[in-house]
Amino acid sequence: MSIIANRPLHALGVCDQVAALDAGEVSSVELTQHCLDRIKQHDGSLNSLICSDASAALAAAAAADANRQSGDSAPLTGVPLVHKDIFCTIELPTTCGSRMLESYVSPYEASVVSRLASAGMVTLGKANMDEFAMGSSNENSFFGAVENPWKRTAVPGGSSGGSAALVAARLAPAATATDTGGSIRQPAAFCGVTGIKPTYGRVSRYGMIAFASSFDQGGVIAASADDCAAVLHAMSGHDPRDATSSPEDVPDWPGALAKGGGLSGLRIGVPEEFFADGLDEGVAVAVRAGLAEMEASGATLVPISLAKQSLGISAYYIVAPAEASSNLSRFDGVRFGHRCDNPVDLADLYERSRAEGFGAEVQRRILIGAYVLSAGFYDAYYKKAQQVRQLIASEFDEAFQSVDLIAGPTTPTVAFDRGAKSDDPVSMYLNDLYTVSANLCGLPALSMPCGFDQDLPVGLQLIGRAFDEERLLRAANHFQQITDWHTRMPEVA
Amino acid sequence: MSWECVIGLEIHSRLLTESKLFSGAANAFGAEPNRQACAVDLGLPGVLPVPNREAVAHAVRLATAIGADFARRSVFARKNYFYPDLPKGYQISQMALPVVGPGSVECALDDGSVVTVGITRAHLEEDAGKSVHDLVDGSTAIDLNRAGTPLLEIVSEPDMRSAAEAVAYARHMHALVRWVGVCDGNMQEGSFRCDANVSVRPAGSTELGTRAEIKNLNSFRFLERAIEHEFARQVELIEDGGTVVQETRLYDPDADETRAMRSKEEANDYRYFPDPDLPPVVVDESFVTAIVEAMPELQHTRRARFVDALGVAMAEASILTSDRATADWFEASIAEGAPARLASTWLVGEVFAQLKRDELELDACPLTPARFAGLLQRIEDDTISGKIAKRVFESMWASSDTADEIIEREGLKQITDTGAIETLVDEIIAANPSQADEYRGGKTKLMGYFVGAAMKASGGKVNPGELNRILKSKLDG
Repeated sequence: MSIIANRPLHALGVCDQVAALDAGEVSSVELTQHCLDRIKQHDGSLNSLICSDASAALAAAAAADANRQSGDSAPLTGVPLVHKDIFCTIELPTTCGSRMLESYVSPYEASVVSRLASAGMVTLGKANMDEFAMGSSNENSFFGAVENPWKRTAVPGGSSGGSAALVAARLAPAATATDTGGSIRQPAAFCGVTGIKPTYGRVSRYGMIAFASSFDQGGVIAASADDCAAVLHAMSGHDPRDATSSPEDVPDWPGALAKGGGLSGLRIGVPEEFFADGLDEGVAVAVRAGLAEMEASGATLVPISLAKQSLGISAYYIVAPAEASSNLSRFDGVRFGHRCDNPVDLADLYERSRAEGFGAEVQRRILIGAYVLSAGFYDAYYKKAQQVRQLIASEFDEAFQSVDLIAGPTTPTVAFDRGAKSDDPVSMYLNDLYTVSANLCGLPALSMPCGFDQDLPVGLQLIGRAFDEERLLRAANHFQQITDWHTRMPEVA
Repeated sequence: MSWECVIGLEIHSRLLTESKLFSGAANAFGAEPNRQACAVDLGLPGVLPVPNREAVAHAVRLATAIGADFARRSVFARKNYFYPDLPKGYQISQMALPVVGPGSVECALDDGSVVTVGITRAHLEEDAGKSVHDLVDGSTAIDLNRAGTPLLEIVSEPDMRSAAEAVAYARHMHALVRWVGVCDGNMQEGSFRCDANVSVRPAGSTELGTRAEIKNLNSFRFLERAIEHEFARQVELIEDGGTVVQETRLYDPDADETRAMRSKEEANDYRYFPDPDLPPVVVDESFVTAIVEAMPELQHTRRARFVDALGVAMAEASILTSDRATADWFEASIAEGAPARLASTWLVGEVFAQLKRDELELDACPLTPARFAGLLQRIEDDTISGKIAKRVFESMWASSDTADEIIEREGLKQITDTGAIETLVDEIIAANPSQADEYRGGKTKLMGYFVGAAMKASGGKVNPGELNRILKSKLDG
């Protein structure tokens, strides 16, 4: 039986492409060429990629085909993908969406990039993103805003807006992404695709340009949970170059999903706070409908309270900028990146290089971060925020005594229009209301499409225990067996 | 009014490790600029630090040597400031939870007195790179070879009251870090450098005055002079009605003065916070135990053993234990059969004098401990006299022959046969009848004349004790 049948190639996800390649129905060169054609055709306005290199991608695809011919193939050999432009690559520039790194080419490669190359994946290009991963709308990119393929005037979410938009538009079956406060899940929700942020420490941060080191975690956006599982499995594992990377074994997630199984016995905690004021009614309806589907499949919905969650946003917007202010100090115009013209002295070199190289949101967060760490304010802000982080973590620990997963909306609203919140940073930050807690506590979390509101996709978020990605992926995979939201594709004319 | 000087030192010692504190680049001095700086040292986007276990092991060694607590859990923090030779815009150091806790050391001064100096803490940190201002005209060149090299900063209490005490402490710590193998102590290369915190107060006062910090003193002489000048400057300032401001100063050895570098008002707010890239350093007991068990016998313990168990004079024992290599050489010669007291005297005397003359270090000594022991054994068993031994020693220094080979070849074996000495004495007395008469008339000082004549006639080989006895009995008899 044909894998492809009468479907267009871009309707094939990662797992389907592997099956089609295995069956000899298609070559990597054909799949890659198809993606490149779609990028050429649609990305002019979508703007989801910052750069791509067709000849390098086709050469890698031809090599993948040759490897398959000679029986020397890895699990994902020949499947194309796009890397978020925060991961350092040797052949392509790495801009992090910033003027600061407009023409920067890394002399070394991120561990994630190396691992996915070893798994056989073919790199098409680099995905657009909010500058230095700071933003929830992808309007903060030096390389221009990204359009939401479902509604061209709406934002795709951020910071991994390019990754989510290009997967939604099926320009590639998968894209790497990173999540510091919701940067995988929020754009996945806005674009109607599936995105997972694994447990902190699961995926190496080496070569992933740091925003907030204790929150940043690499992950993947794809059309479905099984596609996410396949790519995440190839990305994960201990890396001796990252001291925060976990030595935990990586379970065989694709194998676990292949076994199937329903949701019976699964206890899903539903926090009342996730459905309180601030949540759009249309989003609430879609999420509740999704939860009802899961209940019908045998899961038990357990009403819980996570009263301290509301403190998450404040704690996050203190600690993350604090870490960012320090992480971004290296961009000083001395060794790499943007340097102002004709500096008159050292202070001038620093001030103008950074003022010219960084956009407004990045500068805002550097200022907030420097302020909360400064003498006299440290205890009141940074230290207090870290204590709040502990409180939230304890609350999760307690909740996970009685439930296996926690579920709710990924975002308070569906995708908003460009410009709607760009002058109101606090309202923009509230987009992360439901997502930051997982980052504060390093927990794995996933967003999957569960319906529509105002013709735009709604995301359902699942949060799991540390290192329990398997339960998240199995629940999402089962949900996607009984629903078809994840197969809906926007018209990209 | 009389004034008291109060001094505390911060000592930066570069740790002897293969690689840097957080990267795999080599930790070595003297390479071409920027050839020992990898992506991590350059602070390229996306790189991450990974702590060097050997540097942590060195901190355990230092803690053990100064009787300090070693933190089972310590935390790296970021010290944020901008400077072109600081690639990341922050230095990874330790702030709230340092790796080494309080300890103390007793340091001997030249006059024999002892000062006890408390050590507040010691912490691991990475060094910055180097700005070179005189290499490129109109520009500052940056060399990042040093960036990321591991330092242990040892912070003392303000327990020193004079430049001499500060120097005694610095010398003590210099010897100690080398002794336990954590630092090579090379001051020219900056492996061991001091910052001195100096303040003054009226004699008898217990309050601390405002301090000035004199940075980067890389010789004991500069340390001494900088403190003396700073003390004099502060006293003069106060006596003229001024006040000391808290500031960082530099010692200029050419002008022999200290100069203000930056004052506290201009000082950076370093915005310290725990480095989120580095989990706390947690060491288990087995790691600590293995290091402590492999520690060398400490300097003061070894010195005491040399005195108590081997009968070595205290002054010599101090010299023999000034570094581990010397003490090891000394003990190696004893293992080869050298008598301890003789070995001590000869090593500190003859061997060191020759080394100094030839501008050699002990590790390049032409004598092996075994050959050295062979010579001393011939003195001990009266085969040769001490005087002849010096001749043999000279020959040994210039060759690879053993003492026995030289004694045999040159016929230097001491004459101990009583009959032969009596015959010699008879000849000498017979050849000097008038001196013999004078001696017998009461001019006993002439004994020396006869001894000299007998030595001369025998080529110095007569056993001096026997010669004296026989001469005395023949002249008196």
